[in-house]
Amino acid sequence: MADKEPRGEAYETQHVHTVYEEIASHFSSTRYKPWPIVESFLKGLPDGSIGADVGCGNGKYLAVNPRVFIVGSDRSTNLVKIAKAYHSHSVIVADSLSLPHPSKTFDFAISIAVIHHLSTPERRIEAVRAVLDILRPPSSVQGDEGGKALIYVWALEQKDSRRGWDEGHEQDVMVPWVLKGKREKKPSKKRQSDDQISEDRDRDRGMGGQGEDKTFLRYYHLYRKGELEGDIEEAGGRILGSGYEKDNWWAIAVSKMDS
Amino acid sequence: MKLLTLNFLTCAIKTCKTSPSSFPLHPQDSELEIVEADINVLFLRNMLPRLMWNELRLIVNELGLPSLPETAPDASSLLETKLQVPEGDTTGLNIEKIEVPSQVAKDLHRVLLETCIREGKLVCGNCGHEYKVMEGVANFLLPGHLV
Ligand SMILES: [Zn+2]
Repeated sequence: MADKEPRGEAYETQHVHTVYEEIASHFSSTRYKPWPIVESFLKGLPDGSIGADVGCGNGKYLAVNPRVFIVGSDRSTNLVKIAKAYHSHSVIVADSLSLPHPSKTFDFAISIAVIHHLSTPERRIEAVRAVLDILRPPSSVQGDEGGKALIYVWALEQKDSRRGWDEGHEQDVMVPWVLKGKREKKPSKKRQSDDQISEDRDRDRGMGGQGEDKTFLRYYHLYRKGELEGDIEEAGGRILGSGYEKDNWWAIAVSKMDS
Repeated sequence: MKLLTLNFLTCAIKTCKTSPSSFPLHPQDSELEIVEADINVLFLRNMLPRLMWNELRLIVNELGLPSLPETAPDASSLLETKLQVPEGDTTGLNIEKIEVPSQVAKDLHRVLLETCIREGKLVCGNCGHEYKVMEGVANFLLPGHLV
């Protein structure tokens, strides 16, 4: 276990939301390269599709396809301020478990690197359910014409990453983010920011700030193989496809037929 | 925040969502601004069937903007044919027909995609909760006792 505090909303406020609010601008400067699966999902949508980016962060996925309309939401006001720059869409501040969207509305939804920040199994399933709930339901049991969700979470199995976690490791972990204090005339600055392009290997890098380095710990639940699919089924979804990409598990799902 | 966004927003309080009066949210004390954007007729055409027309009309009236037509425009009315002489043709004999966005399309684009709420609040018609809009961003975080 990462610690002994009771899990739930208050825990996430302290170990997820507050941290992102503090590290927003540095975090954002390392988050500009879209993951390939997400990019191809978004580029494959018909013009005029309507979607939600639940947990949009700095809005990097809002830039991928300007011919669709996305309402991005994030819990962090500071990240949403950055995401606001993508004028062809709209962004709001909202909690992923209390989304202000009407049910059965969207053609697509994405939830990228969000659900792994919820600290109990119940809350993770509820978060998946919240994403599925805002999709247009399919009109037949096996139909795939309903709204589609792409969900992406960090994998436990990543022995080749620099963290080296793998099967059998504790799944609930605290991951550091280091805000580097300002150094005098630092010649390596350029090289360091190039390193940050490989974002999933550099989740804990940050630059800027004043004086001393400051380390923030963020809570993550690392998903083991099959667990994301299990959560989606538990939440009432049907899986159209799933897989593994660069230390992450992903799945594309529809909500079950309207009953 | 584009007015189009209001077509996809309701109250964040779960018990409100099932009540018809929670949609649409009502803008109050709004400060509007125009943020120009390129018109995309295909986008508008695909958007048309998603629009809750009566609710959008209501919002537009509440904001004191020129009224929307009583019924949603037909997709075919978004384009009009224009005759023009091709560039470089000095004879004027080779008139060609081109399709351009109609006034209907331009008006719809103006109100839904270029008219934005910069400051103000969005009020739920069911529970009366007010969501603040600041610098073009609406905040839907709820106080603990309402989650
Ligand atoms: Zn309400």
